[in-house]
Amino acid sequence: MTGTYLGMPAFPDAAREAVRDEVLRANLRHATHTIRDKRARAVAELEDWDRLRAAGKAVKDHTLAHLDRYLLQLEAAVTAAGGTVHWAADADEANRIVTELVRATGEREVVKVKSMATQEIGLNEALEAAGIAAYETDLAELIVQLGHDRPSHILVPAIHRNRGEIRDIFAAEMGDWGRPAPEGLGDDPRELAEAARLHLREKFLRAKVAVSGANFMVAETGTLVVFESEGNGRMCLTLPETLISVVGIEKVIPTFRDLEIFLQTLPRSSTAERMNPYTTMWTGTADGDGPSVFHLVLLDNGRTDTLADEVGRQALRCIRCSACLNVCPVYERAGGHAYGSVYPGPIGAILSPQLRGTGSEIDATLPYASTLCGACYEVCPVAIDIPEVLVHLRERVVQGGPVTREGIRVRIRPADGHTAERAAMRAARLLLDRPDALRAGERLLARARRLRPRRLPGPGRAWTDSRELPELPERSFRDWWAAREKAAREKGARP
Amino acid sequence: MSAKEQILARIRRALPEPRPDADIPRDYLQAHGARTPAETVDLLAANLAEYRAKVHRVDEDGIAVLLARLLAERGASSVLVPPGLPPHWLAAADPTRIHDREASTPYELDAVDSVVTGCALAIAETGTIVLDGGPEQGRRRITLVPDHHICVVRVPAQVVDSVPQALPLLDPTRPLTWISGPSATSDIELDRVEGVHGPRTLEVILLGAQ
Ligand code: SF4
Repeated sequence: MTGTYLGMPAFPDAAREAVRDEVLRANLRHATHTIRDKRARAVAELEDWDRLRAAGKAVKDHTLAHLDRYLLQLEAAVTAAGGTVHWAADADEANRIVTELVRATGEREVVKVKSMATQEIGLNEALEAAGIAAYETDLAELIVQLGHDRPSHILVPAIHRNRGEIRDIFAAEMGDWGRPAPEGLGDDPRELAEAARLHLREKFLRAKVAVSGANFMVAETGTLVVFESEGNGRMCLTLPETLISVVGIEKVIPTFRDLEIFLQTLPRSSTAERMNPYTTMWTGTADGDGPSVFHLVLLDNGRTDTLADEVGRQALRCIRCSACLNVCPVYERAGGHAYGSVYPGPIGAILSPQLRGTGSEIDATLPYASTLCGACYEVCPVAIDIPEVLVHLRERVVQGGPVTREGIRVRIRPADGHTAERAAMRAARLLLDRPDALRAGERLLARARRLRPRRLPGPGRAWTDSRELPELPERSFRDWWAAREKAAREKGARP
Repeated sequence: MSAKEQILARIRRALPEPRPDADIPRDYLQAHGARTPAETVDLLAANLAEYRAKVHRVDEDGIAVLLARLLAERGASSVLVPPGLPPHWLAAADPTRIHDREASTPYELDAVDSVVTGCALAIAETGTIVLDGGPEQGRRRITLVPDHHICVVRVPAQVVDSVPQALPLLDPTRPLTWISGPSATSDIELDRVEGVHGPRTLEVILLGAQ
């Protein structure tokens, strides 16, 4: 992953800073509660939600099991439709490919659709180093970019900013990037959105090159799909002459028909709407409609290593809806920045340490950034058992064991200097210091209890052989936490 | 080894052989509820309105007058016209017709007030209209850059109940745009604001026997 987040303190330290920030916590609390309540209503409208969820899980698992076949099929279909496919094993390679493609157009600026993959590889920084300006066009990403800040939520990247802060950022920064904010700009969301519209429109109209990600790629047809709300996606995907899409290899699905599942589950899970305002689907290039040149960069960057872990690979099913963030009592207090990666919240806690390995302190501590309450699993539209993967990754950190790094099977040693133990205890303290976080954890636990597996499958099984997963709320959260972590330490200390 | 060979080799090493094909359980519903065609159209109208599209109903005889009125109310002086739009739809309208041409620059499109199109189909359960670049719809950008989009849906012929019913009717080799209400953002304290970059006003005309 990128250097953007290098030098991040370990999760508990970053989180402790965040929980002291009252403004941040209030913003986060308001946002996560609003979205999660709306989402529950949108999901309840579909009586077959559980079946859609099972089908989505099955499609993704099947695709991952045959990822080689579907990527080759996708490549052939995109090529036949007039596109060019590139493969990138890591971030540097992807950045090099995109930089060269932009250079070849002779342009010095690109417009960008919000894309986690390009954030993951630090593309904006790489382009800047090559003298190419990359403009984020999603409103929240614009706020983040103008604020010299980092995104803190998958769906609402500027969730940590309130309207007053946004006004100040626009007034101070817009002029440096293009059209300045209007004189006397107020903090009404309408006014702020209008300022963004005017500021970005001049960029859309003159842009010759756009960079995007994609939510899905259809192997059968070579179709790419982008879900969005504002229309900035449509602007970038249709006005420029050249379109470059950087997409993680796990985003492929087999058939066009499979979209019927995700077109129903993704919008309801993420923005709590029946359907997001705009979805764009394109297949290669179309005569006279949209970009005449299309490049697809298929990105590995740790995904095949994640695939090699039979418990952890389920993280690759993620469709980035962000529902797990909004129900997580730890995310709600700590905020997205504490996770030290572009993937915050529960999914970040299992994805980042797998994509990057657990070598750094932040990655070794991420598996502890959870109360294991299970709410994230309950809401996930592709049924990723995040708690199961967290426990599995804790075991790896504490005990060491086999992992795949850059395609090579290695054994990692138990974390040095009891990093994990310290991380666990500090994370525990973080929660124990916050009675409201504790209460939220307990409440969710009580609700999610019936969903917890009693035994962990796969390599985590040894851990649960002699003990069931904790029963709650017969014991207090505090006792449970202490007992769990004690058990993990004992396990880790054994030769 | 090329990156492609490297990635494919890693995938194959990560997965145990043999890898039988999985059966995908497709026992989810093809539609949520049973409706008459008229009820399906009503649901489309209700869901479009809930997402802040303005909905109108009219028959073939009334469409020219309705379109003329909507464009006049908007104060439009120019209107974009896709190549296959039935000419009589705009027979009574005043604004200057601007034709959808490949050579138009984005700046030229930005100077146009309104656009009138048909659609490929509409989905009642989600309040969605789908455009596929057909002759009544034109290029994707003409429904994007102008601030006012009027979309005509033939009812009940072009309306389906659900997403699973819509996909088999669409051709993935054509560029597809799914539109559910006007452009919107909730990025500032989750307050919904309509119209960021796409048209701020979406009007949908349900065209059919009334
Ligand atoms: S892990 Fe599941 S709930 Fe979380 S973002 Fe991914 S798909 Fe959504």
